[in-house]
Amino acid sequence: MSAIQPVILWTDALVFALVAGVTGLVLYIRRHEHLRAPWAGVARQPMAMGSALVLAVFVVIGLLDSLHYRERLPDSPPDKPQYSVEVLSAFDALVGPLRTQQEKTYSAPLAMHLYAKEFVDHDGVVVREYPRLKYGGAHLESAAAHWADIVRRVLLGSVQGLAIALLLVGVLAAWQARRSRQSYGEWLTVFGTGRLGWPGRTLATMLALIAIAIAVLLHLAAGYHVLGTDKVGQDVLYISLKSIRTGLVIGTLTTLVTLPLAVVLGIAAGYFRGWVDDVIQYVYTVLNSIPGVLLIAAAVLIVQVYIESNPELFDTAAARADIRLLALCLIMGMTSWTGLARLLRGESLKLSTLDYVEAARAFGVSHSRILGRHIFPNVFHLVLIAIVLDFSGLVLAEAVLSYVGVGVDPSMYSWGNMINGARLELAREPVVWWQLGAAFAFMFTLVLAANLFADGVRDAFDPRLGGRR
Amino acid sequence: MFAYLLRRVLYAIPILIGVNLLTFTLFFVVNTPDDMARLQLGAKHVTPEAIERWKVEHGYDKPLLLNRDAQGSAQFTDTIFFKHSAAMFAFEFGKGDDGRDIGNEIVTRMGPSLAIALPVFAIGLLVNISFALLMVFFRSTYLDLWGVVLCVVLMSISGLFYIIAGQFFIAKLWNLLPISGFADGLDAFKFVLLPVLVGVVSGIGSGSRWYRTIFLEEIGKDYVRTARAKGLSEVRVLFRHVLKNGLIPILTGAVVVLPLLFMGSLIVESFFGIPGLGSYTIDAIQAQDFSVVRAMVFLGAVLYIVGLILTDLSYAWADPRVRLQ
Repeated sequence: MSAIQPVILWTDALVFALVAGVTGLVLYIRRHEHLRAPWAGVARQPMAMGSALVLAVFVVIGLLDSLHYRERLPDSPPDKPQYSVEVLSAFDALVGPLRTQQEKTYSAPLAMHLYAKEFVDHDGVVVREYPRLKYGGAHLESAAAHWADIVRRVLLGSVQGLAIALLLVGVLAAWQARRSRQSYGEWLTVFGTGRLGWPGRTLATMLALIAIAIAVLLHLAAGYHVLGTDKVGQDVLYISLKSIRTGLVIGTLTTLVTLPLAVVLGIAAGYFRGWVDDVIQYVYTVLNSIPGVLLIAAAVLIVQVYIESNPELFDTAAARADIRLLALCLIMGMTSWTGLARLLRGESLKLSTLDYVEAARAFGVSHSRILGRHIFPNVFHLVLIAIVLDFSGLVLAEAVLSYVGVGVDPSMYSWGNMINGARLELAREPVVWWQLGAAFAFMFTLVLAANLFADGVRDAFDPRLGGRR
Repeated sequence: MFAYLLRRVLYAIPILIGVNLLTFTLFFVVNTPDDMARLQLGAKHVTPEAIERWKVEHGYDKPLLLNRDAQGSAQFTDTIFFKHSAAMFAFEFGKGDDGRDIGNEIVTRMGPSLAIALPVFAIGLLVNISFALLMVFFRSTYLDLWGVVLCVVLMSISGLFYIIAGQFFIAKLWNLLPISGFADGLDAFKFVLLPVLVGVVSGIGSGSRWYRTIFLEEIGKDYVRTARAKGLSEVRVLFRHVLKNGLIPILTGAVVVLPLLFMGSLIVESFFGIPGLGSYTIDAIQAQDFSVVRAMVFLGAVLYIVGLILTDLSYAWADPRVRLQ
């Protein structure tokens, strides 16, 4: 008997399978010099490495948010434990009060008063004023100390963040100096003058910025709602952070679905030609000629009907939302594999006429062996570039689809749902901008980091841009 | 030339049949008319009689593919497939859930859609090419580098942000243009301005970066070096040679979307209240009006295939090395 019951949702399982796959791939690449070389090229680019660090922060939050569990109800009998229907994650446990400290309705970022005036009872005298928040700024005696308190928290957070970053960089520097058999001072000189061979200074700066941002946020969030609260009084920072997982899942799992289809069909069409090529080309022209949003809409409506007519299959609301998220990934994958497939078809068409492939064929090497040894390794860079380039587009597409009403489940935290729920609030007076602003800012950060990283990967892997290596 | 065109048009037919079969499967086989009726009626009103009535009203009370009760050719024609899917080849889309003829709606809504989509397309192309040329002119300087970074930043902003920010700042805060709406004739101008502006700005990032790569690829070629060796100025090289040759892939790439402009833009139209095909589609999706969605799928497929054929023709027209056989 335990206090919690682990819950593995479908997307959780796939996310961790993906992590395992990527880890395996990294270990494989590390052992092969020719595979390592282009990645070393990525590692030399300051822009790519800086954004990789930002992406890593997002991924850590997303992974923490993928460890789901259900709490045991406190008054259930020990021999027959009952669990809450609410599915929480390790991330929820970590940020604790952020989730539970709910206000009444809207409040502005860092505010100590509610957004709307209410009748408040002051010892029998009823006054119409902005009531104090239950949690935001509750530690303050009066509004006079408000800004001083915020400035104090920001300064404290900055100093602590900087200190932590310096400590981290110092330890890492010591480790690097030992590895390269230099004295500490020598290594720091090389590091300081930027002759390291990899963008050490950029990484250190980014590390410091991230550490400061996290420390400041922690200090502020302990006393305020940093990004305000939404209509039902929930902390917007919490919602935005929870939405990270949704964005990452859509960006990665969709490509995971796309990949086998695109690779198998694209290479098969280019290599075997003849009727195989005709059939595959026919299939992807048909799929391509249907406007993507409409195909996704049709399929999502069908999934919705299925979920509604089979409620017994899903025991919690989270499981229901999760299956819809997975279905969305599958559907988006089914509609978006055609681009990569066409690219791979063209490339393998070219490759299959090259001398060494002809020679292999003349020696009687089997098709599967030629495909595995000669064709696939030579188109792999295209696959990789497509994965990283597609990611940001998929994250942005989620918001649009949620607006159309065929995105993720309305109960799921996602930037698209945040935007959809808040876009009419701009008409209010005074304007409620923080929910929209937060969703756009988080989405922008993730997509920009992904785009810059993707550019770095493309520069390093695309042989047509060979001059820069 | 004519034979080629004919073959391409004939090749379009199996593709349209494929699209038709796929939509038929999605809308009638996987998702049966009973499911649709249940979804439409809502949980409270679901009774077998209500479902039956809904199906009769919408003409979904027939067998899917083969009607055994009918006589002669009616065995095939008096079915859902023939009445609702095959009829689309004759552009007979039937009626939407609001009782209006879909074909009529499409014809009247094309105008407003084009009023937004065409200027966005044309101005966008012009602006993107100009930006791309500017970056190419200052290539490998800081101006070019920051231009590319700016492009990536613009690309990373959600399209919804451009719309919401445009409506909020330009229309609401500064009162320069109406927030949304549409009017006939010349009055439409002030309503069209903001959506077009938003459409153009949201496309600048990806568009000009893409064109910049095309121009840079051109600029490395031999004929450009020859032109410079002749002593032509950089501006002249850029405009007379690079621009002209770079335009071939740009314009032929743009041709494929030309017919799809009729469909309008889903999001922009729905935000700005333009009574075009895009907002029609969105409304249909949100109201789960399947007959409209089906019609739009078919229309989109037809226009896409027209675009493909036009692309082939434009290649042959723009580049004398391409022969159509």
